[in-house]
Amino acid sequence: MIQTPTPNVRVVTFKIDDRDFSAREDETIIQVAWENGIRVPSLCYLEGLSVWGACRLCVVEIVGSPRLVSSCSTRVAEGMEIRTDSERLQAYRRMILELLFSERNHVCSVCVSNGHCELQNLAQQCGMDHVRVPYRNKVYQVDSSHDLFRVDHNRCVLCSRCIRVCDEIEGAHTWDSKGRGIDTQVITDLNRPWGESDSCTGCGKCVQVCPTGALVQQGTSVGEMHKDRKFLPYLSRMRDAQ
Amino acid sequence: MHIDELNELAEQIRTQHQSCQHCVRVCMAASCQSSGADDVLKRLEDAAPEGDQVQVKSVGCMGLCSAGPLVEVRSRGDDQPIMYQHVESQDAEEIMGSLGDSVVQRLECPTSIPFFQRQQKIVLENSGIIDPEDIEDYIAADGYSALVEALTESSPAEVLNEVNLSGLRGRGGGGYPTGLKWSTVAKMPATQKYVICNADEGDPGAFMDRAVLESDPHRILEGMALAAYAVGANRGYIYVRAEYPLAIDRLKKSIRQATRKGLLGANVCDTPFSFDIEVRLGAGAFVCGEETALMQSVEGERGQPRPRPPYPAELGLWGFPTLINNVETYANIAPIVRNGGEWFASIGTERSKGTKVFALAGRIHNTGLIEVPMGVPLREIVEEIGGGVPDGRRFKAVQTGGPSGGCLPAEQMDLPVDYDSLREVGSIMGSGGMIVMDETSSMVDVARYFMEFCMTESCGKCVPCRVGTYQMHELLTKIAAGKGTSADLALLEELCEVVQMTSLCGLGQTAPNPVVSTLQYFRHEYEEKLIRDEFVDMEQQTEEMEAVS
Repeated sequence: MIQTPTPNVRVVTFKIDDRDFSAREDETIIQVAWENGIRVPSLCYLEGLSVWGACRLCVVEIVGSPRLVSSCSTRVAEGMEIRTDSERLQAYRRMILELLFSERNHVCSVCVSNGHCELQNLAQQCGMDHVRVPYRNKVYQVDSSHDLFRVDHNRCVLCSRCIRVCDEIEGAHTWDSKGRGIDTQVITDLNRPWGESDSCTGCGKCVQVCPTGALVQQGTSVGEMHKDRKFLPYLSRMRDAQ
Repeated sequence: MHIDELNELAEQIRTQHQSCQHCVRVCMAASCQSSGADDVLKRLEDAAPEGDQVQVKSVGCMGLCSAGPLVEVRSRGDDQPIMYQHVESQDAEEIMGSLGDSVVQRLECPTSIPFFQRQQKIVLENSGIIDPEDIEDYIAADGYSALVEALTESSPAEVLNEVNLSGLRGRGGGGYPTGLKWSTVAKMPATQKYVICNADEGDPGAFMDRAVLESDPHRILEGMALAAYAVGANRGYIYVRAEYPLAIDRLKKSIRQATRKGLLGANVCDTPFSFDIEVRLGAGAFVCGEETALMQSVEGERGQPRPRPPYPAELGLWGFPTLINNVETYANIAPIVRNGGEWFASIGTERSKGTKVFALAGRIHNTGLIEVPMGVPLREIVEEIGGGVPDGRRFKAVQTGGPSGGCLPAEQMDLPVDYDSLREVGSIMGSGGMIVMDETSSMVDVARYFMEFCMTESCGKCVPCRVGTYQMHELLTKIAAGKGTSADLALLEELCEVVQMTSLCGLGQTAPNPVVSTLQYFRHEYEEKLIRDEFVDMEQQTEEMEAVS
């Protein structure tokens, strides 16, 4: 579901947070917002991958509509009035982040991604300084069987970026998910250790797109894991051009 | 086949049926079967006299499931059938012996009670009357006449117009206008379109769709074929849960029978219209009743919803425009096309037309299936048709709409049952499950039960539903155990709002409803279970001391 520009699309004008904008009607709210420096928070959205709409951090208000919409999956329309930062939205986002922090083990001080983590940044950006819901304290196995990479499910937020990049960009579909609800977990192949995977090409794209310290390079220590996603816009552009 | 030929065939079958003196009908729907209707049927068949004087027939649901196995005797000349309840196999000879001259008093089930008298049947008009495994029985009851007539005499736009006129709204829960949905799909410029029947009935305590599928499967096929004709589709899927083996079996048989008669398949009735139906089984996930997840599942993918828009009418199965309706919605189509949309619109209320099937369950005398016009007061359903709460207990609440619905207290009993009234008081119509609770039920436990259901049925895709339902369930468990504080209750209410407002699909957005509605009407039950604020610190200290020792 990579969005390709269709011919003859109209250009529409609309408002985001009381500022006027214009964009092609096939662009989504988050694309326009980010292009113009409005940082609507999001975890699962990543330019170059298909829209997933699952983290719900990017929900915004549309004036006149009782429902909130996720800005990654909603296209702009003529005359639309969008609010991205009301107090209500801020409170919802903080709660969603609290839920994420309570779900698994996210202790920044001992994490390889400390200081370079999207979840950590979002918590700071949204002002989430306490987790009021109880921690689940569930222990997940770390899979270190791969020569180059490591997966630590304790840090996973189930954004599915790894699944999508592996399927849509690399074309290997090594990653998928098992279980449902709170027991959902990402897996490699048919829940085999990553190191034994037949389909994994070892390209490392999943590691680079992972927002947290769940997918990391072997041999990194606390705070050492920097992610590099420069390849993604290029590859998806080339893919679109074909 | 032309409409005259079909009518002739129907007349022939009816004449055949009339040749027998007594017709003994045995309910063979899942509920009666599970209480031994199989044996009853066999013994009745054995006990029947030779010749065609007595016909023993297996039929679908008769409604009063709590009195099963049910047997009904219709004799020629008598307009009132005799109904027998709790029939056991050893009663067969006695029933056979009584035919024509007497009634087996000790087994008789009075049919003059409001349960039978207050109902108005459209969806269930053939249930308990025809043999669901015999297409000829359905044809004799005017079955397929709407389809054949529409195909040979009307245009798709005319069929669409009747559905629009009828004011029918989706029976799956949301209540979206069916005509509007159909015209959206019909207007889509596409070479390929699909029609799907959502038979993934998963609400606890709901069994309306199962009964329709088991009792009158051809009605669904006819409704789907009419829908396909109206919107321009040529392929249909029935997505039915694997937990309904009898329904699946009867659907597959019906599809074979209808195809053999030329009522499905290529060039139906020698017209250019072709329509094939395939049955797809759900593997037990409640979320697959959500339309986008259902389509994923039909495609063979993991059953997870995706954000809407785009709606299935625009981007559906394999990317093509798709019409998805619920079983009961399709069951209304053939009568609407046969009798006209205006006839249907004359039944029910201003904004909710027609009838609705409800599955009565829980603490109620007459458990079973009923069909009443929209707008009937809740009190009439529970106290009169349902026969009230048994064992002299007091009515406390009725839960409508399953895990997406709410609990309504005694004060709301005069509410007319229609889409908008139920929504106003914090519940929903839902698919038609109604669970009655008496004074012994704790509303905190009820909320906790439904939350557990939503937690285990969450697909795990979006954060508010995946983690939110888990945390709400934890909080409810804590409160139910008498360990909650007022801070926990406040957090629970905050979570309710976040999960409702931010979840991706209907499952998450409505998961807090049972909590919200019980808090609205039975807040004191929650508060009674809380640790009083002045004791909270003391409680924590004791816990800490216990931990140290």
